[in-house]
Amino acid sequence: MALESQLEDRVLDPMVPSIARVTARREETADVVTLEMEAEGWVGFEPGQFNMLSVFGVGEVPISMSGDPSDASKIIHTVRAVGAVSRALARLTPGAVLGLRGPYGTGWPVGLAEGRDVIVAAGGLGLAPVRPIIYQLMAERHRFGKVTLLYGTRGPGDILFREELAEWRSRLDVGVEVTVDHADHTWHGHVGVVTRLLRSADFDPEKVTAFVCGPEIMMRFMANELGDAGCPAQDIYLSMERNMKCAIGLCGHCQLGPAFVCKDGPVFDWPYLKPLMAVKEL
Amino acid sequence: METKGLGEIIGRHNLFAGLRQDFLDLVTGCAKNVRFKPGEYLCQEGNPANETFLVRTGKVALEIAQSGVGRMTYQTAGPDEVIGLSWIVPPYRWTYDARAVEETRAISIDAECLRNKCEADCALGYEVMKRFMPIIVERLHSTRLQLLDVYGTRKST
Amino acid sequence: MMSQSHRSTRVIAAAGLDEIISSLAREGYRVIGPRLRDDAIIYDEINSAADLPRGVLDEQSGGRYRTYREGEAYFGYVVGPSSWKRYLHPPRQVLWRADDGEGGVSIRAEPIAGERYAFLGVRSCELAAIATQDRVLMAGAYGDPHYAARRNGAFIVAVNCGRAAETCFCTSMGTGPRAHGGYDLALTEIVTGENAAFLVEAGSERGQSLIEGLSSREANDGDVEAAVQVAARAASQIKREIDREGLSELVKAKHDHPRWDDVAARCLNCANCTMVCPTCFCTTVEDVSELQSAATARVQRWESCFTTDFSYIHGGAVRSSPVSRYRQWLTHKLGTWHDQFGQSGCTGCGRCITWCPVGIDITEEAAALRGG
Repeated sequence: MALESQLEDRVLDPMVPSIARVTARREETADVVTLEMEAEGWVGFEPGQFNMLSVFGVGEVPISMSGDPSDASKIIHTVRAVGAVSRALARLTPGAVLGLRGPYGTGWPVGLAEGRDVIVAAGGLGLAPVRPIIYQLMAERHRFGKVTLLYGTRGPGDILFREELAEWRSRLDVGVEVTVDHADHTWHGHVGVVTRLLRSADFDPEKVTAFVCGPEIMMRFMANELGDAGCPAQDIYLSMERNMKCAIGLCGHCQLGPAFVCKDGPVFDWPYLKPLMAVKEL
Repeated sequence: METKGLGEIIGRHNLFAGLRQDFLDLVTGCAKNVRFKPGEYLCQEGNPANETFLVRTGKVALEIAQSGVGRMTYQTAGPDEVIGLSWIVPPYRWTYDARAVEETRAISIDAECLRNKCEADCALGYEVMKRFMPIIVERLHSTRLQLLDVYGTRKST
Repeated sequence: MMSQSHRSTRVIAAAGLDEIISSLAREGYRVIGPRLRDDAIIYDEINSAADLPRGVLDEQSGGRYRTYREGEAYFGYVVGPSSWKRYLHPPRQVLWRADDGEGGVSIRAEPIAGERYAFLGVRSCELAAIATQDRVLMAGAYGDPHYAARRNGAFIVAVNCGRAAETCFCTSMGTGPRAHGGYDLALTEIVTGENAAFLVEAGSERGQSLIEGLSSREANDGDVEAAVQVAARAASQIKREIDREGLSELVKAKHDHPRWDDVAARCLNCANCTMVCPTCFCTTVEDVSELQSAATARVQRWESCFTTDFSYIHGGAVRSSPVSRYRQWLTHKLGTWHDQFGQSGCTGCGRCITWCPVGIDITEEAAALRGG
């Protein structure tokens, strides 16, 4: 191979982002915003997938898709301002440009829930990565059995997507239960840990598929309680979060035992995750 | 007739489902129907815990008042749940407020009556304890998770 | 791969090394080979055989490395702190730059470097390490194009080992001491008194054509036998081993073994083992602002699983204890690497033993996990 031709060779590097532009910004809570953006060449995503978002000069972080999977015209992310990059992302306003790579990861196997009851259980910011599932379930409601959304978060002020929750709750074909860990007397909803909501949920444990997303401890207890309720482990899916620098299996950061969370996950079934989650600091 | 109907209701509640008939009759002998309007208290912190409630319908908030913060709800209870564990252990005193947030119907069981029956019949006592124990453990477990503040952002170290 | 029948086995004199180096340089390769620097063998640019560490041997053990002069061999040393990953998967790699110009923000991918390397003196365990990184960085659904370009452009001259260090255990890992493929040329140094001669084997077409330009003679049975004896001598000097039987499942299953606490109490979390390991591939990225302009660059650099930052997620590290980090490194190397890439992540080069400041020995740790 001639040296010159190699120099000319512009190999497509998966680490190089494309340019995305923020088109809308919405404050969900004091530290969570939802950004709508557009990018050339975007072709959509599967529920459960994520993008790598870059703020130039600050860095790059993985953020779940939180929008409607049937609408490829918008790229929607819900970001909590916790670190340097996510704080910078949360400050972006319409017109701002950022770097985007993705979508990456294996998504929620929503198709496997066809003809079955569905439980979507979310904790805290975990509602964002399951929102695409809910959009899909709503759009194709007839394909599924009883659908229940169980959502727990810290307090009434931390509830995401309030208007949509109200809209979903008003539907007669979806069960929506929201609980908070702590509340003052102005809150009239449930108070208590999210796993308690499972007891009053209406589903057939032998033909239910459960999608669980939230802090690991919440997912562990929810998966165990689903099991106690008679739901087979292989019908329970969880989404894991780990440090990621590349999202394509090259940087080594996201390893969870044998798995690269970025490409083998982030969604895994409970039989696979259970032994891994049982090992501390894996 | 009234007593028989009460026994059926108690026997259908999660807490006493499947209880032996003679035990159920003993428990029912200590029970009565109660009803609370929204805002009414089932019990208040510091008062003698002389009853326990089997919620039938409605919703009840378990609260602790803190000066400067107001009433904080740490758990809500609904149908098939139980309010009142303090009746089991001395000094039999309520450690929280329970306030109906919706129209609530419940069975109230007289604590002293049930304690005496449990004392007289250890088999009944053991059966009753076995049914209250999971609620205590679950309450403890929930409290632990809430204390962990799992949805909060951890402070950077 | 070329068929066996096309390969020639020839013998060159020591002067042939210069012919190899100059012919590689003529073809545009930047020749990288062993040099003695600061009393250690490192891999750096060489211009002639005079740059090679002739007569330098090394003595290695846990936490200890020393070079000394003895004999006349060009390749008498074993392996030093350098590995070829420094060139193929360098410690720092710019990935792209973003400019905030008049036409808005534009992103420029870092061009693929046109430079081609020729590596002279690649040991059998190092060939295995390169093949191991190939599987990680080139064989998956996504690859590293910078690595791939350097890798595909590289010319590899292997050198079969005639000595083993006390820290070597390639025989038990099935990676040495004699090279079997993965090279363009393989040399075996046959020292007779003050005269060095090299048996040269071609492993590729380009290796074959290079051989054809060398002053050489046909190898006879005696030469071939002498070369076999060189590798046999190295093999006979190897003292350490890892029992690979069922090892990958074993290390994963023994995540609660008390040995982890024992080794963690000795481990300084210095990350030396990961830096010298020829297969460790982990990287992080950082954004660098270029002061002269409004441009920023995304830079990839080596990272180690021994740092707490490595597993950081909003507010804390997943692996906050030293024991969990050592366990991750060893379990990945000997266990989960098999799940991920169908092979071990360890090639038995022994660098992690030598360069561990407290002499932690992966072979000893693996054996200890089998017990108890």
